[in-house]
Amino acid sequence: MYEITEKVELAHTVYLFKIKAPLIARKRKAGQFVVLRLNEHGERIPLTIVDSDNAAGTITIIVQEVGKTTAMLGDMGAGDNILDVVGPLGRPTHIENFGVAVCVGGGIGTAPVLPIARALKEAGNKVVSIIGARNKGLLILEKEMREASDTLYVTTDDGSYGHHGFVTQVLQNLIDEGMKIGFVVGIGPIPMMRAVSNTTKPYDILTMVSLNPIMVDGTGMCGACRVTVGGKNQFVCVDGPEFNGHEVNYEELILRNRSYMKEEKMAMEELTYHEGAKCYDK
Amino acid sequence: MDPKETKERMKIPKQVMPEQDPGERVKNFFEVPYGYTAEQAMEEAKRCIQCKKPLCVGGCPVNIDIPWFIRLISEGKFVEAAHKIKESNGLPAVCGRVCPQEDQCEKVCIIGKKGEPVSIGRLERFAADYEREHGEVRIPELPKWSGKKVSVVGAGPAGLTVAGDLVKKGHKVTVFEALHTAGGVLMYGIPEFRLPKKIVQSEVEYLKRMGVDIVLNSVVGKLETIDEFLSNGYSAVFVGSGAGLPYFMNIPGENLAGVYAANEYLTRVNLMKAYQFPEADTPVIRGRKVVVIGGGNTAMDSARTALRLCPEEVSIVYRRSREELPARVEEIHHGEEEGLKFRLLTNPKKFIGDKDGRLKAIECVRMELGEPDESGRRRPVEVKGSEFCIDADVAIVAIGNGANPLIPQTTPDIKVNKWGNITVNPDTGRTSKRGVFSGGDIVRGGATVILAMGDGKKAADSIDEYLKTGVW
Ligand SMILES: Cc1cc2nc3c(=O)[nH]c(=O)nc-3n(C[C@H](O)[C@H](O)[C@H](O)COP(=O)(O)OP(=O)(O)OC[C@H]3O[C@@H](n4cnc5c(N)ncnc54)[C@H](O)[C@@H]3O)c2cc1C
Ligand SMILES: Cc1cc2nc3c(=O)[nH]c(=O)nc-3n(C[C@H](O)[C@H](O)[C@H](O)COP(=O)(O)OP(=O)(O)OC[C@H]3O[C@@H](n4cnc5c(N)ncnc54)[C@H](O)[C@@H]3O)c2cc1C
Ligand code: SF4
Ligand code: FES
Repeated sequence: MYEITEKVELAHTVYLFKIKAPLIARKRKAGQFVVLRLNEHGERIPLTIVDSDNAAGTITIIVQEVGKTTAMLGDMGAGDNILDVVGPLGRPTHIENFGVAVCVGGGIGTAPVLPIARALKEAGNKVVSIIGARNKGLLILEKEMREASDTLYVTTDDGSYGHHGFVTQVLQNLIDEGMKIGFVVGIGPIPMMRAVSNTTKPYDILTMVSLNPIMVDGTGMCGACRVTVGGKNQFVCVDGPEFNGHEVNYEELILRNRSYMKEEKMAMEELTYHEGAKCYDK
Repeated sequence: MDPKETKERMKIPKQVMPEQDPGERVKNFFEVPYGYTAEQAMEEAKRCIQCKKPLCVGGCPVNIDIPWFIRLISEGKFVEAAHKIKESNGLPAVCGRVCPQEDQCEKVCIIGKKGEPVSIGRLERFAADYEREHGEVRIPELPKWSGKKVSVVGAGPAGLTVAGDLVKKGHKVTVFEALHTAGGVLMYGIPEFRLPKKIVQSEVEYLKRMGVDIVLNSVVGKLETIDEFLSNGYSAVFVGSGAGLPYFMNIPGENLAGVYAANEYLTRVNLMKAYQFPEADTPVIRGRKVVVIGGGNTAMDSARTALRLCPEEVSIVYRRSREELPARVEEIHHGEEEGLKFRLLTNPKKFIGDKDGRLKAIECVRMELGEPDESGRRRPVEVKGSEFCIDADVAIVAIGNGANPLIPQTTPDIKVNKWGNITVNPDTGRTSKRGVFSGGDIVRGGATVILAMGDGKKAADSIDEYLKTGVW
């Protein structure tokens, strides 16, 4: 059992949890994730480790409610226990001093970007970050990202806050202004990661994205998380989750992630039915 | 035994094991055979003529004293029979169900020369089930702690055997398992209807009661490394991390939605209980037309699992002919009874998807058998121009597994061969790294439960010796 020690609501249906897992806290590096299972009937779902606190023995995760498991997690609070937490999984982000590193986070993707921004900064990079959300209410981790970066740009799709538009427009502006960018990391919805990769590709800027396929074990045993990168089959849970964004077959990943659309809807309906009034604006 | 009695005994017909009716069982995940009743077991046990030089014992990879335990059964001493087996095999309820006895003990049983061999496997299963169901499982007295600690990577049959044997020798053992349940392939691979999970768990409970410490959710190499174990108080490490890396065919369309590796399909259904979806949260695509690619036991397990999820049709696509099917005859027979179709001498060329990227058909080509290859089997060759399509919305690729790369990656001084299997001294299980032993599928590639256990036993002896002498 892994105890939730703290819960904070960051935005509508987005929560931060601190979970007691001392060994994982001590071992994890930026870019790694955990797989957790809430209860005996639960699904195993992957979530990025955003932060850790060695003294308290906790790891921090940030979750957006998108389906049954994340919604059930969203209903849990401090003092509740999660049945299984396994990690740290995946390869850590490759960190070095690239000169200028641009960190792009879209929506919930800002959560996994944060530890990478911090690590890049620590390695001596000038860190320029761009975070975006659909609207102001959904924006997360602005303060933390500001602290972790030399410069922070904020965008919203509807213009309710910061720059009106997409993160890629800011990125394009930086390139056009002649910024010598050594490295870009982009994490968020798949179309956004594809757009970031397309933006940097003509300039041949090393661009890493963090892929979020459906996983089961997270240890390389099942092959559920396979994606085509550079024409080769890769298992995201052990070979990733980060890959060269210019080589990823995004279309395939989008379609694979839709494998269980029918079942996911069914699971969600069942949950809402049992929970009665709770409503989700999915 | 006097010749007259031997003759009498040889007249007893082989006892038939009652099993669920195929029409019924294909709708559920309950175990297929019910097991012998006490009367049947005693009758079957009488078929053994108690050979002076029993060939069966030599056919058993862990050399169970077969005639002895069979004699105990024939005398109605069922619990004693179970104890006798457990002297050489820690998991008899499992092995009685999943061992390929037809290639081992029963293959060489003398009675089999003229008729049907003694049903050694079924008797083993009977004794173990009897002991468990009658609450007579005894915990052996353990010697005083030797002062040494050993860590075991992976709670599959190899790791569990090492752990059990080492606590019996007085050492402290901690098993680290990556998944949320102990048992390895016994839990995530082999289906419930062939090996009920509660049986595996009761074996695991037994080890825990004996003092084995099992830490779940621990991926060695990621959380802690073998070097850390060795410098943090563990005197030796056994690596039993299995062959859990699924192979794909690398043909077009293999990443369409609906195409599974057998490991994923079986893990979803067995470990995550997707057959109970939506009560269990993990889904699996049930499909209308399911095609399983491959001809081994994993393919048969996938196909028979698929049949129980009620599609219209489940078929096996295999590139050689029926004679070469590597699966156990019993499994093929069970599958056919349950409605499984075979498309033999057929090989997939590509997976074809619909506009949403979901599998809708598989393009295949007919094969014919040519000259024998290295394995002695006739090599299948394509019949030019014979391409055709099979409708399918679920495909399960069951063409084998490679070695799990995680341990060698994170412990580079453990030597592996070109396939990534850890190389060991076969007599001792010692790896190239001091204090580290290994066995089971990570050494052999996909093999069997009993061979993994045999490796575990050998390794436990040699770990014990190493702990006592300190000589590498
Ligand atoms: C390496 C990695 C890191 C991630 N980090 C975060 C994070 O920090 N915060 C966060 O909110 N989300 C993260 N995700 C995504 C998160 O795992 C999914 O949102 C979650 O599994 C959805 O489960 P559900 O039951 O609530 O929704 P479902 O109804 O099951 O699915 C909703 C959506 O989530 C995707 N999904 C479903 N099951 C899985 C699964 N087992 N693994 C991955 N995706 C799945 C589906 O494609 C679907 O689009 C990460 C995913 C990966 C692979
Ligand atoms: C579908 C299927 C059906 C089969 N049917 C039969 C049968 O009928 N009869 C038979 O005799 N054999 C059968 N086999 C083969 C048999 O199951 C294996 O040979 C046997 O389980 C091997 O045992 P093992 O202990 O070496 O490895 P495994 O059973 O694979 O166990 C390895 C364990 O190690 C864990 N692990 C891996 N890496 C790490 C790590 N880094 N840290 C911590 N833990 C780790 C894994 O999660 C797993 O639990 C079958 C195999 C499959 C896949
Ligand atoms: S070979 Fe057959 S008959 Fe002889 S002891 Fe073994 S089981 Fe009995
Ligand atoms: S999630 Fe199973 S191999 Fe990656």
